Amino acid sequence: METKKPIVEIKNLFKSYRRGSQIIPVLQDITLDIAEGEFMALMGPSGSGKSTLLNLIAGIDKADSGTIRIGDVDITKLSETELALWRSSNVGFIFQFYNLIPVLTAFENVELPLTLTGLSRKQRKEHVSMALEVVNLSDRMDHYPGQLSGGQQQRVAIARAVVTDPAILVADEPTGDLDRVSAEDILGLMERLVHELGKTIIMVTHDPRAAKKAHIIKHLDKGVLNEYSQSAL
Amino acid sequence: MNIVSLLYRNAFRHKLRTFLTILGMTIAILAFGLLRTVISAWYAGVEASSASRLVTRSSISIIFPLPISYKDKIKEIKGVKIVSYGNWFGGYYIDEKNFFPNFAVEPKSYLELYPEFVLSPEQKAAFIRDRRGFIAGRKLVSRFGWKLGDTVTLKGTIFPGNWDFVLRGIYSGKYDTTDETQFIFNWEYLNETMKKTVPRRADMAGFYMIGLTDANMASDVSVEIDKTFKNSIAETLTETEKAFQLGFVSMTEAIVIAIQLVSFVVIIIIMAVVANTMAMTARERIGEYSVLKTLGFGKWHIAGLIFGESLFITMTGCAIGILLTFPAAKIFSSALSAFFPIFFVSVKTIYMDIISAVIVGIAASIIPTYRSINVRIADGLRKIG
Ligand SMILES: Nc1ncnc2c1ncn2[C@@H]1O[C@H](COP(=O)(O)OP(=O)(O)OP(=O)(O)O)[C@@H](O)[C@H]1O
Ligand SMILES: [Mg+2]
Repeated sequence: METKKPIVEIKNLFKSYRRGSQIIPVLQDITLDIAEGEFMALMGPSGSGKSTLLNLIAGIDKADSGTIRIGDVDITKLSETELALWRSSNVGFIFQFYNLIPVLTAFENVELPLTLTGLSRKQRKEHVSMALEVVNLSDRMDHYPGQLSGGQQQRVAIARAVVTDPAILVADEPTGDLDRVSAEDILGLMERLVHELGKTIIMVTHDPRAAKKAHIIKHLDKGVLNEYSQSAL
Repeated sequence: MNIVSLLYRNAFRHKLRTFLTILGMTIAILAFGLLRTVISAWYAGVEASSASRLVTRSSISIIFPLPISYKDKIKEIKGVKIVSYGNWFGGYYIDEKNFFPNFAVEPKSYLELYPEFVLSPEQKAAFIRDRRGFIAGRKLVSRFGWKLGDTVTLKGTIFPGNWDFVLRGIYSGKYDTTDETQFIFNWEYLNETMKKTVPRRADMAGFYMIGLTDANMASDVSVEIDKTFKNSIAETLTETEKAFQLGFVSMTEAIVIAIQLVSFVVIIIIMAVVANTMAMTARERIGEYSVLKTLGFGKWHIAGLIFGESLFITMTGCAIGILLTFPAAKIFSSALSAFFPIFFVSVKTIYMDIISAVIVGIAASIIPTYRSINVRIADGLRKIG
C-alpha cells in the first residue's frame, strides 16, 4: 500500500471567493493524498468548504494556487476545454438531487456521457445495459426520472457516473435527500463499486452513518483538514 | 439518443409556451409576407415597364395633351422605331367604384409596341378593324363576365357621356407582372367623337409611347425629342417608361416606406417575444446545462442546444406562416384587385421570410447562450434543489 502512488495528490491548495471587495478564504493550504480504491468521506460543518474541495478535485472549479494531480495529470494546469474532456473520461459525478435530465429516460440519461465518445450505437447500448445492471435497474430503463423514486433516481445517476468507467467518483451528499432505507441501499451500492470495481470514491456527507461506510473520514473545518478515526464516530 | 433528440424534446417541455411562440412567429411571418407582397404590388407597374420604351408627355403636367402632329416629327428622330399614342380615358363601368385602367390608343402600333399583351391574330385583326372595338385583360373580363361581341358602356369622366364599346379581344399577360385588368380601345373613336362635340379637344394625344431601335439610345433619343419641341406651344418631357411609372409610385412613396417600416417592426417584435421565451427557457435550465458541462459537454454543445431550440421554433413558425401566406394573398388579391392588379407572393418574399426567421432565431439565442455558457459550473449546480 505504501509503495503505491496515490491516485489523488493535492498539495498546498488555496481557494477563496470574492464577494464585492471582500475576499472570503475557503480552503487554506490543503494537502491530501487519496490512494486508489479508497472510499473517503469528507465531513464538516455547513459552509466549511466541502463542496468547494470536491469540485476542485472533480475539475469543475479552479483553485487560486496549489496542485491537484490525478493519475498522471495535474488538472490545475488544464485549460477549460481540456478539463471538460478530462472530466468526461476520468470522473463520475453523483449529486444530492440526482440531477437527471427530466426529458430523457433512465436509459438515455445513462447514455448521455457516452454520446461524447466515439462508441457505436450498439456499443453504447451494451455499456448502458451493463451500468443499469450494476445498479439493478434494468427493468426501469424506459422510465423518465419523474416516474422513479428518489432512491431509484440516484441509482440511475450512479449508473450514469460509472458508465464511462472513470477511476474516480465524487459524490456530494448522495444520501442527503433520501430516506434511511434508500440511503442504505445507495451506500451499499457505492461500497460495491469500491470493492468489486475498484473505484475510488470521495463522498461529502453530513450523515455519520454514511461516513461509517468509508475507509477514511476527513474533517474539514474553517478551511483546514483533520483526520478522524473510525472509532471516533 | 443524441443531442438533437434532446433539443427536440426540450422544445416541447412547455408545450403551451412553445405553441404560443410558434403561433406568434407564424402570424409575424404571415403579416411580414403580406406587407412585402403589398410593396411589390405597389411597384408592379414599374417592374412590368420597360427601360427600352419611352414615354413623351407635356412638360407642364400629364393632364395637358400634346398635338397629334408630334407623331410624325418623333418618327423622324434617329433611333425611333415605333411611335404609338393614347389618352387616359378615366371612364367607369356602371358604378364609380368599379375602377380599372382604361385608355384610348392607336391599336396597330400599340400592340406592336406591347408584345406582352398576348392576343390571337383573329382577335387582333377584329380589334384593329372595329372603331368601337376594345380589348380587355383576362382578369377584367372574368370580373365582369363579359363575352366576345358584348357591348360594354363606360361612363366618361374626363370625356363626358356614355360610350359604347364592343369586346373584340381578350388578352393574357406574357409575364407574371403583366397587368391583366386593362381596358384598351381605339383612339380614333375618341377623336371622331371629340371632333363632333368639342373640336378644340380633338387631334390631341395625352402621351406618346416610343419604341427604340436600340435600348442604349434611350437617353439620347429622349433629349432629342424634347429638343425638337423646345419653344413650341407644348413643350415635352420624355423619359423611359420605367422612370415614368416610378414617377407615379414616388408620389405615394411615404406610404410604401411606412408599410416597409411596419413590416420590419413586426419582425423586431417577434424577435423580442422569441428572445423572451429563450431567456426564460435558458434560465430554467441553467442547472441542467451545468450538469451537461460537468459530464464533459462543451460550450458548443450548450450553444447548439439553445440555438437549435430557438431555430426550431422560428423555422416551424416560418414554415406554417409561408404556407398560410399563399391562401391569404389570394383572398387579399381578389378583394383588392382594383388597387393591385398584380398581387402574388414572390420568391423574393419567401426568401425574406426565411432569412427573417433565421435572424430572429439566432438573435433570440445570443444572450441566453452567452449567459448559460459563462455561468460557473459550481454556481449553476447550486441552482438545483
Ligand atoms: N460562488 C460563490 N461566491 C461566493 N462565496 C461562495 C461561493 N460558493 C461558495 N461560497 C462560500 O464558500 C464557503 C464554502 O462553501 P461550500 O459550498 O464549499 O460549503 P460546504 O461545506 O459544501 O457547505 P454545505 O455543507 O452547506 O454544503 C461558504 O461560506 C460559501 O458561502
Ligand atoms: Mg456543500
